[in-house]
Amino acid sequence: MAVTFPTPRRLGYRMNLTGALAALVVLVWAIVAIIGPWFMTHDPGEIVDFEYFGPITKQLWLGSDYLGRDMFSRILMGARYTVGISLASVVLACASGVVLGMTAAVTGGWFDTVLSRLLDALNSIPSKLFGLVMVAAVGSSIPVLILVLAVIYLPGAYRFARALAVNINTMDYVTVARARGERSPYLILNEILPNMTGPVLADVGLRFVFIVLLLSGLSFLGLGVQPPYADWGSLVRENIGGLPFGAPAVIVPSIAIASLTISVNLLIDNLPTKIRDRSE
Amino acid sequence: MQNLVEIRDLRVKATTDAGNVVPIIKGVSFDIAPGEIVALIGESGSGKTTIALTLMGHTRKGCDISGGEVRIAGRDVVRMSERQRQSLRGTEVAYVPQSAAAAFNPALRLLDQVIEVARIHDTMTMPQARAKAVELFRALALPDPENIGKRYPHQVSGGQLQRLAAAMALIGDPKLVIFDEPTTALDVTTQIEVLRAFKSVMRDRGMAGVYVSHDLAVVAQIADRIVVLKGGQVQEIGDTAQILHEPVHPYTNELLSAFEPRSFARPARPAEVTPPVPVLEVQGVHAGYGPTGPNGLPYKMVLRNVSCRLEKGCNLGVIGESGSGKSTLARSIAGLLPPARGQVLLDGRRLEPASAQRSKEDLRRMQIVFQLADTALNPARSIGDIIGRPLSFYHGLRGAEKQARIAELLEMVRLPRAMAHRLPGELSGGQKQRVNFARALAAKPEVILCDEITSALDTVVAAAVIELLKELQRELDLSYVFISHDLSTVQAICDEVMVMNGGETVETLRAADLPDGARHPYSKLLFSSIPQLDTGWLDSVPARAI
Repeated sequence: MAVTFPTPRRLGYRMNLTGALAALVVLVWAIVAIIGPWFMTHDPGEIVDFEYFGPITKQLWLGSDYLGRDMFSRILMGARYTVGISLASVVLACASGVVLGMTAAVTGGWFDTVLSRLLDALNSIPSKLFGLVMVAAVGSSIPVLILVLAVIYLPGAYRFARALAVNINTMDYVTVARARGERSPYLILNEILPNMTGPVLADVGLRFVFIVLLLSGLSFLGLGVQPPYADWGSLVRENIGGLPFGAPAVIVPSIAIASLTISVNLLIDNLPTKIRDRSE
Repeated sequence: MQNLVEIRDLRVKATTDAGNVVPIIKGVSFDIAPGEIVALIGESGSGKTTIALTLMGHTRKGCDISGGEVRIAGRDVVRMSERQRQSLRGTEVAYVPQSAAAAFNPALRLLDQVIEVARIHDTMTMPQARAKAVELFRALALPDPENIGKRYPHQVSGGQLQRLAAAMALIGDPKLVIFDEPTTALDVTTQIEVLRAFKSVMRDRGMAGVYVSHDLAVVAQIADRIVVLKGGQVQEIGDTAQILHEPVHPYTNELLSAFEPRSFARPARPAEVTPPVPVLEVQGVHAGYGPTGPNGLPYKMVLRNVSCRLEKGCNLGVIGESGSGKSTLARSIAGLLPPARGQVLLDGRRLEPASAQRSKEDLRRMQIVFQLADTALNPARSIGDIIGRPLSFYHGLRGAEKQARIAELLEMVRLPRAMAHRLPGELSGGQKQRVNFARALAAKPEVILCDEITSALDTVVAAAVIELLKELQRELDLSYVFISHDLSTVQAICDEVMVMNGGETVETLRAADLPDGARHPYSKLLFSSIPQLDTGWLDSVPARAI
């Protein structure tokens, strides 16, 4: 008898080609974010080229930026900021939003009302302005950026999760669990959460893109990642002058942002059915 | 005489999402003479609605007519162009859907929707169409036929809406009317009026009809001939009387026997064994929804002063129409809707009103099983997890011990052990209901509240579930509160039957005295409205005074 190994396919985690490719791209960027800086060919802050917006050469793999710094090293370093900060804040925002949303839906009553109004109030503050004030007041550092971005996107994630959970909360299987005497944490984790993973994951993908964009926006205002380092969004912004010359300095970070955000969304849309929507 | 409809070797196939082609209808042939009503009967999935829809040249999404012909008045609808079919629909063939409530646009007046067919096909002027609609309303015994058309769909009752849907179908003077389970969603007392209206209209106008239903007794009243279907194939075709009294095919026999009310024959129990304290007692329960008023009662009262008692090892049936408060009673007993007044006693001990305040032990001893197994089982969790949770929650079972008990429970409800790894979506309706029940059994309860647990199942499947309940009762010494709108089901399992109407107890009867022992006028009306397997039944029941 042949020995069968528990490959993802045999376990029922079948994924289509699009999903697998997207997963690969996301994985590559994640690895770059972690170990990329060890492979930098130059110091990202050092001016190494006398030309600005230099072309791709043997020494400068992705050309040079508007000051003549090595783009390859700057992109590797930027990956750490963009992927790291965005991922950390999206996880923070969605995890707390979903947990609070489900708790509010299950508990109901004044807890739900107070929390909902509070987060609605937070939602009414323009996100850029809020980020501006917070970062200006506390000073820009990576933990502050992560927290501010998470707080900005929390109300949306909360609203989304609460709307889903309120619907699931009225299903008979939740009523059966209540009649059994189950407490709220069990209801939330075992009865409600597994039935909303699909939409919640889609929401995570969307929010991730928003956060990447907002982070670039904050960097543009000089409140995000501080020079000489830069996230991808700021790389695009500071090299925008190279666009008429078709400089790689502006094209490559744009491609990096596009490939990451599109891949994250494609990955989530093409996750194996077993994870995305078990009820199907 | 030429037949109005001739179906020859009809084949319909469906393409699943995975791309597999599944035959649904496998070579069906039958005829319908002008003015004849033919019933298509079978379980869900037997293809009865699919066949009825092909008469209009329509198939549901993902299905295709792959062969055979459907001739209506000599013309083959299978080979017609879509434009030709459109001119056919409404004027030659018309359709009455199962759920009229979903078929009407809530934003338009009823009359405008009823005469829409005349407008689309331009068969008559609007004043003519309106006059004709009023005439139809009168023929269908709708109250206030002149003015009912000015109302909106939410302003009429379910039974009236179903008759209005029939008026919509009949306005184009079709030769053939398709009734797709038109009374399945109605209460028995409403059903009888709707059936009577349909029958007289069809008879007066000499229209041919196709009546799709799973209920033999209903079909017996209205059909001239019956086609028995199973798995997309004709099992038996015959005159109504022949099918009912001299069925040839074993499947027809099975359908008939599932319908026969079988009284609950329990071995005679010695009187002295009966304990003086009932296992469950409900005393003067008031319950309802909405904010609590100054009198301490909720704004919308659903239950008023309901009392009942259940002896150990006995079964109490609760019967009533929709809105009678029978499901609310189950929720109140289970503490999901805490009673505003009155109390629930388990083994003579008072229970806290709300389930959240009850002890785990009290909750364990009384379990509730819901009607729709589709929504009562978490679609994201495996059957093993679903049944295993009460085991670890109440009894603290873990690991191998728990798995063994899950297998044992699955066996108890006659399901294979391997099913523990499947998800609810992969099970059939009857299997889901068994899992639903196994979950309640896992708690080792003394009382199980069964809320319409067989209502969503086919008759044959439902009969098997009832048999299972009886067997388990003998083995595990359970007591059931059995809520249903279907008298024959209640009769099959209960010792005592409580009739409810408008949130109040009408009367409590011994099952042995049913249905003739009813004394209260409402229970008499309810019992007399239940269709009998007898072709002359509908005409023998006196019309209800409206």
